[in-house]
Parts: sequence; structure tokens; C-alpha cells
Amino acid sequence: MGSLARGDQLPTQTYRVTRADLIAYAGASDDHNPIHWSDRVAASVGLPGVIAHGMFTMALGGRALSTWAGDAGRVRDYGVRFTRPVVVPDDDEGVEVVVDGVVDEIVDGAVRVDLTVRCGAVTVLGRARASVSTDA
Amino acid sequence: MALDADLTGRSYDLKAPYDVSRIDIARFAAAVGEADPVHTDAAVARERGHRDVLAPVTFPIVVASGAMHQLLADPSVEIELRHLVHSAQRFESARAICAGDVLSARLTVESVRRAAGTSLIATRTEITDADGAHVCTSHATLAHRSPDGTGG
Repeated sequence: MGSLARGDQLPTQTYRVTRADLIAYAGASDDHNPIHWSDRVAASVGLPGVIAHGMFTMALGGRALSTWAGDAGRVRDYGVRFTRPVVVPDDDEGVEVVVDGVVDEIVDGAVRVDLTVRCGAVTVLGRARASVSTDA
Repeated sequence: MALDADLTGRSYDLKAPYDVSRIDIARFAAAVGEADPVHTDAAVARERGHRDVLAPVTFPIVVASGAMHQLLADPSVEIELRHLVHSAQRFESARAICAGDVLSARLTVESVRRAAGTSLIATRTEITDADGAHVCTSHATLAHRSPDGTGG
């Protein structure tokens, strides 16, 4: 991470999300809620379409954090609010989720990072914050 | 209806301790697109000071959700999965999870609040290792909207 200062930006990460990713995540996480794979069920509960697992979107934020930190073990405290759904169409292109971050605070042995996670113009995670250890 | 204050304070344990395997970690890492070999190559993980392959940041949800499944399976709790939305999540980790960990988890319902036909269920899950040491606290808030819109 090198020398850090408040206001430092994390490199922007862009992740493409398709229906196939949601199926893989459902299996790996054992979260089989049908709103993440069935258009019929998603529509029946008033959603605009199949949506990504909130935890999948959170994991993409975690991926941006661990990429920046150099090791997933450095991310010690990570919290988000799921404010808007990521609607994933049934096509090959899917959608793009873009993760930005900024160093908000440097404390003893750790930095606090604020993430902005967007899908198109919409911010999909709120109060996305993490504490990343700077100890080796 | 059990989706009321009655639920507050109830606890649910994982049915059996979760044996974290290298395959579990590799599969989860692949599913979230984590390409760092620390998740798949034990030699790389050891070089970086970990005991074995390292779990991705949000992997504790897999363990915590086992305890959540016990809450959802409680016949006295009327929650329908399709009406359940995750509204907030936080992990406070004392240490990273590695392959070989044998983890227990206890979920406690901290509060149930109703607003505009939705019940907000705040939960806390303590994940501990085979020695009983704290590994991670997972805080999950769930929003449940009943089919009749009462939030129950």
C-alpha cells in the first residue's frame, strides 16, 4: 500500500456481473433465494428483474479492498448497507459494477476506507466502510 | 405470528461445526472472482504468514448463514425466503479464516422493528474456532415484507 494519506484514492475496479455469476455465487454461498435466479419469482415480489445477491455485490467491494491491500487477511472490519438492487439481465453482457474507494482516516496500524459501489449511475451500497490493517 | 418482539433474544446455533476445506475456499473465491493465489495455493498462503489457504473477506457469511438457516427453519418463525431482503451486513474479524478451521456459529436476534409494512430483523452471529476463540462477528439486518404487506 506504500505511504498513505487521507484522501488517497483506491484504483477504480470494474466488475462485470452476469446471470452465470449469480448461479455460481448461489452454489458457493448456499444462498438459493429464487429472486437471484428466477424472473418469475422476482416479478412476483415486485422486483424489476432478477437481482444480484447483496452479498455478491458486497464481495465485489471486498475484492477491490483485498486487491488494494495486497492480502484479504488485512481487511478486518467491513460493513455495508444494501441500498439499491443490482438488476442482472438474462443476456451475455450482464451489468458492470464499479468500485471506487478513498482513504478516510489513518489510525494506529490501520486505515479506514470509504467505498462507493455503483451500477450505472446508481449507488448500490451505502455506508460501505472498511478498516484495513497496515501491519505486515 | 412470531415476527414480533418475541423473536428478540432468541439464539440459533449451527447444527454442526463447519469444517472449512480448501475446496470451500477455492469455490467461494472463484465465485466472487478473487484470483489471488492466496485463496488456492497453500504455499503462497504460508509465505504470507497464513496457516493455510485464506478465505475471501466475505466468506464468514457462509458460516453465519448456516445459523441463519436454523432461524428460518424454526417452525414458530414465519419468514418466507422470497420476501426476505438483506438490508445491511458487517463483518468484524479478529483474524482471517483459513482452510482447516473448524468453526461454530451462534446467531442471536438483537431486535425486531416494524416500519411501513416491513419488519427489520437485526441479528448478530458470533463465529468461534475449535478452541472457542473469537474469529468474526457477523452483523446482518434483514427486511421481511409479508405477502399481505403487514411485515409479519
